[in-house]
This record gives sequence, structure tokens and C-alpha cells, in this order.
Amino acid sequence: MPAKHYLNDNYGIRSWLLTKDHKRIAILYLFSISFFFLLGGMFAALIRLHLLTPNGELFEADTYNKLFTMHGVNMVFFFLIPSVPAVIGNFLVPIMVGTKDLAFPKINLLSWYLYMAGGTFSMIAMITGGVDSGWTFYAPLSSGYLKTHVIMLAVGVIIAGFSSIFTGLNFIVTVHRMRAPGMTWGRLPLFVWSNYAASLIMILGTPVIAITLILLALERGFHIGIFDPKLGGDPVLFQHMFWFYSHPAVYIMILPGMGVISEIVPCFARKRIFGYSFVAFSSIAIAVFGFVVWAHHMFVAGISVYSALVFSLLSYAVAIPSAVKVFNWTATMYKGSIEMSTPMLYAMAFIGLFTIGGLTGLFVAALGLDIHIHDTYFVIAHFHYVMVGGMVTAYLGGLHFWWPKMTGRMYPEAPAKLAAIITFIGFNLTFFPQFILGYMGMPRRYWAYPPEFQVLNVLSSAGASILSVGFILPLIYFLWSLKYGAIAGDNPWKATGLEWETSSPPPTHNFHHIPVVTKEPYAYGEPEEVPVVH
Amino acid sequence: MSTSQTTTTEHHPALSHQFDSMEQQQDASTFGMWVFLLTEIMMFGGLFTAYLIYRIKYYPAFVAGSTSISVSWGFANTLVLIGSSFTMAMAVWSAQTGRRKGQVWFLIGTMILGAAFLGVKAKEYYDKWDECHIPGHIIGKGFNTWGGCSASDKSLGNIAEEIRDPEHGGNPKTPEVAAQQTAQQTEIFFSFYFAMTGLHAFHMIIGLGLLAWLLLRARSGEFGPSYYTPVELGGLYWHFVDIVWIFLFPLLYLISRHQHGV
Repeated sequence: MPAKHYLNDNYGIRSWLLTKDHKRIAILYLFSISFFFLLGGMFAALIRLHLLTPNGELFEADTYNKLFTMHGVNMVFFFLIPSVPAVIGNFLVPIMVGTKDLAFPKINLLSWYLYMAGGTFSMIAMITGGVDSGWTFYAPLSSGYLKTHVIMLAVGVIIAGFSSIFTGLNFIVTVHRMRAPGMTWGRLPLFVWSNYAASLIMILGTPVIAITLILLALERGFHIGIFDPKLGGDPVLFQHMFWFYSHPAVYIMILPGMGVISEIVPCFARKRIFGYSFVAFSSIAIAVFGFVVWAHHMFVAGISVYSALVFSLLSYAVAIPSAVKVFNWTATMYKGSIEMSTPMLYAMAFIGLFTIGGLTGLFVAALGLDIHIHDTYFVIAHFHYVMVGGMVTAYLGGLHFWWPKMTGRMYPEAPAKLAAIITFIGFNLTFFPQFILGYMGMPRRYWAYPPEFQVLNVLSSAGASILSVGFILPLIYFLWSLKYGAIAGDNPWKATGLEWETSSPPPTHNFHHIPVVTKEPYAYGEPEEVPVVH
Repeated sequence: MSTSQTTTTEHHPALSHQFDSMEQQQDASTFGMWVFLLTEIMMFGGLFTAYLIYRIKYYPAFVAGSTSISVSWGFANTLVLIGSSFTMAMAVWSAQTGRRKGQVWFLIGTMILGAAFLGVKAKEYYDKWDECHIPGHIIGKGFNTWGGCSASDKSLGNIAEEIRDPEHGGNPKTPEVAAQQTAQQTEIFFSFYFAMTGLHAFHMIIGLGLLAWLLLRARSGEFGPSYYTPVELGGLYWHFVDIVWIFLFPLLYLISRHQHGV
């Protein structure tokens, strides 16, 4: 390991809490989002425990409502949205484009503090009795009827939203204005492209959820009429405004994950990515299409048949760029010399699970079928196939892939492979039965269910316990590797990309000399081009 | 091009470590500000869209509400803000050309005009409170069926009467029940009036804070031809807030006044 790097540049709590180094901020984010992930996971475990029996014997109905609300809020706003961009992206985007830091390091630090402030508000709401509005905050239930701390939670979400706006803003300016000499747009790693696309959604969508929740809080706090029909408001307008952000937000969550997969697959297939520009522009296409499909959440909420038709058609269109990615990853692996390392296991799991999640998305985008499966466990299963099977898998794959770069040490390969396999099995056992449950008609968010659904629910809960083992194992061996892991070296995977040309861990200013880029990304399969390990 | 030589040749004290040159720093900062303003447009855009949707839904009520607010104060405030944009632009020009006194005085002028705007806004808000046109029933005296004050003083802020009063451009043939129903629906107009002008005023207050900070730095002579980015960014923000008002003024005060057609 190098004698001097970003982790030992200086010491003490101040050097971390006031750092402007994007790599240290990434580590701060890593710890905080892991905390919220465990918290959200705990709520999920309690939900699954409760659903073991049909008659709701563990919790009161109100408590159950709070559990799924806090699970959703923690996972969506405090884990999934910041996960890959704020941790892996924060660490890698400046290094991948070949610069010393993000364009605005102080704003980057501010974004972490905003995230923590938002998290604190949501924790206060949680500790002082929880909120039972569901993560969707639908009005007028949330604005006029509930007795819980809706405003507190909404404020937390608004503040966390500004943190993601600042991350997106930083990425966009950095990619536009700070690329190393020779780093043309056509040479940008696909991870940067997908984070760039996600950043576009962050800066354009997040302000709309902020104003929506502000209006909701005004209505709740001052009883002014905006969404509540009793006061002359329109509850469907709330849904329009909420989903205008919250649908594109699922692409904030999945796009950076797709970027991770686009890095891992060429590396362990030892081939250049198939159709670079198609993969790059499909990210932008997903971001653009993502903004015009929101009303597919509202097919049964009373929107007109004509607008439902248009939104259904547009929702189908999102499948095209998504499929472009899946086919191109597959084509990259075709006739490659595939190495089944841990990151590759996660990447392959991603491709399979995301495909299932994406295809079932077409089921729910179909007008006729959606009437049957709307608000059932089918939707839950679809969403979790994309978000857990897709995004969490990609996040874990990315953490394993870049762990040697971030810490300078290797994780132990055997337990890591085991964890990847356990996660895959546990995940499918948890969520596949939910497709069947939903198709049979079990509604989401219900506290009790008819006894004939019990077998599938028990299967799902059993899967959740296996899945939790798969998530806790990496926590243990990652911490273990910090001290006992083998020294990684600069480029343990013999991968291409600027991040592998600097030392592991990188120096504070990322490079000893700002690199000059002379070749395309993913120049695998040219032995003389592969950088030599020092 | 290796960057090691550019960082060593001339190192301006205001150059942050992550940038290679002052030029790149200014370019990136300005670009960042534009991106931020884009997020602001989306934020106000959500509010404007909701306003326009309700305007279509409750058209007569929105016309009545629009008629009840003071165009002259709104117009005065528009002039004040356009004036402040001019002084702000002059402050940026003074920074670019290294006129220290000019920066200070033009910034002070901008702040005075900004404060004047907020003063007028406060007067308008007070009038609304006086006429019982504050929506909801937490602040103020509550919103009545005829959109006015208490039963003892039916004349104050009585929108239902104005709807039927030809002097206010109303139609005397409107049935009283319909006029009262419309008057009650103006509550939603006022919800948006306060939400939109309130969010705008909040941005003005933030802007005044930014200007005060710029003023302190300008006084110490920090800005000149080689480094004026903060003043320029402050100017961009200030102009943006002005432009929001340029849209708010016609949307809230001007369009379809005096067309009571219930």
C-alpha cells in the first residue's frame, strides 16, 4: 500500500466531519446509509414476521401501518436514492473523469449534512410514535386525517431531497467542466454516464417533490385547501405531483446500479462493452422517458381513459432502453472469458433479476391487467425485483468491485461468494411467492389476510430470514478485511479505467499527476494495453 | 497538456484546489449556478402548474380573488424589483471593472430596493389579514362564506358583494347564492396567493442575506477584474428571483380582472 493516501492523510474526528475530500464524504455516506439500510431492513423483518400468521397476531393494525411506512421511507429516501450515487459515485466520479475533486467540495459536504439532518427528522418522527401514511403520503389521508407526525417526516424527506439535488448538481458540473485532457464524452466510463443521467433526474425531479410536500404540510398545518376535497382541493393532483418526482426517482435508484453492472461485466468477461454508445445513450433515454410515465401509478385513481392509454404506451417505451442494456451486457459476455468472481456473481444476478422485475413492469403498465393486480403483492414483488434484486444487488456488486480501491485491501473471496449465493436464493424465495400472492388477489398494506394465502406468506418470510443472512455476512467480512484482508495492489482485477491507474487507496488529490487519456474505455482483450500492476 | 505547470505558474488566492485555473473555476461555478436555477424553475414550476389547474377548475373564483388584490401595490413592487435588477447588474459591472465603491453602493441600493419590496409585500399581507382573506382558520379571523370579515362588519372584504357590484366590474344579475359559493371558492385562490408569493418572498430574504455577505466581501476589496464570480452568481440568483415575480405579477394580479361572469 502507498505510504500516504486519503485515509491516513490526517487523523481525528474533525478531519472527517469537516473534510472536503469526495472520497472521505463517500465513506461518511457509506456508514450513514448502511445504518438506514439496517433500520429499514429491521422494519421489513418485523413486517415479514407479522405476516407469518393470517390474523395479525403480532402487531396492532396501526403499528403495522407504521412499520411499512417507516420501511418504505427509510429504504427509498435514505438508502436507495443515495446508495450508489452518494457512496460509490461520490468516490469514483471525480477519479473516473480524471480530476482532483468534485466541482464544489463544500456543497458536497453540505449534502451529507443535509442528508443527516433529514435522517434526524425522520428518526424523530419515528421515535415519537411513527407515521402511518405509507411512504407515498397520499392526501387527504396524510393532510387531514392522520394523527401522527406527518409534517416532521415530510420535512425530513424535503431536506434529504436537497441533499440529493446537490449531489446531482455536483456530478453534472464535474462531468461537464472538469474532465481530464483527452477524456472526451465518448471515452467516459458508462458508470459516469449513468450517474450523469440519474443526476439529471435528481435536479429536475426532486424540487417538485419538495414543493408538493411543502403544500401538503401547509394544508395539514394551516388547514388551507389544496389537495383535500373538503376544502375544494383535488387529491388526484397530489398524486400527479407526487409521482412526477417519485416515478423518475425509481430511475435515480436503478440507473447508477446499471452503471455498476456496465463496469463489472466487461472486466470479468475480459471484453470491451458491446455497443458502448447504445448503453450510454440508453441511460439518457431512460431519464427522459422516465419523466413522462408517472400517471401509470394512477390508472385506477380516476384519470381519463385517454390519458391512461397514453401513459401506458409511454411506459412500454421505457422497456426499450432498459432492454438495450440487458441485451448489450449479455452480448458482452458472449464468447468472453468469464471469471466467476464475487462482483460478477452479483452482476449476473442483477441481469436475471432485473429482467424479471422489468418484464413484470410491463404487466403493471398494461391497462387491463393493472386493474386486476393494482395495489396487490404483485406490485410489491415487481418493485422489489427491480429495487432489491436490481439495485441492492448492483450496490453490493459495486462495493465488492471497488472495495480494494476504497480500502486498499481485498475482501475474502470464499465467504463473499457464499454471501452472493445466499442473497440470490433468499431474495427469490422472499419475493417470487409474492408475485403469486398478488396475482391471487392479496392486497398490499393489509394487516391480515385469508388463511389460504398462508403457505406462500410463510415461504416469503422464510426467504426473508435467509436474505438477511446474505446481507449481514458482507457487513462482517468487510469490517474484518479492513485489518486482515490481503493487500490489494493498484489494479487487482486488471481492469481498465482511470481509477485503476492510481494507487489503492488513492492519494487525497486522486492522482500524482493529472492523467492524459489517449484511448477508449473498456480496452480489454488487448494484452499490451492492460496497465501493469505495480 | 499536463496541469502541473498551470497550477504553479499563477496561483490566485481565490483559486480552489480542485480547479486548474481561475477560468475553469469561474466557468464551473457559473454553470453550477445555472443548474441550480434550473432546479428552482422546477420547484416554482410545480406550484405554477397547480395554480393554473385550479384556475381552470374554479375560474370565476380566481377572477374574483384576482380582482380583490391591489394592482397598484403589485405594480409598484414590479417597478421596485426591476430597479433592483438594474442596481444589481451595475454592482456586477463594478466588480468586473474593479470599482470598489461602486460595488458597495450598488449592493446597498439593491438591498434597499429588496427590503422595500418586502415592506410592500408585508403591507399587502396585512391588508389580507384585515379583510379576513387569510385561508384556513389557524391564522386570522377565519374565511367566511361571503369571503369577508365577521358578521358584525359585513362590508369588510366581502367578495360576494363585489362579484355582484358593477363598480367592481361585477354583474348585479348574479344570484346571491352563486356569488357566495364563488366567494368561498376564492379561499383556494388565496391559498395559492400566499404559497406562491410566500415562497418568492422567502427567496428574497435569502437573497438579502447573500447580498449582505457579498457587501462585506466587497468592502474588503476582495473582488476585481480577476475575481468577481461570487458577485456574478449573486446577480444571477437575484435576477432569477425578479423573473419569478415577473411571472407572478400577471398570473396573480392581472389576467382576467373584471370579468365576473357567474
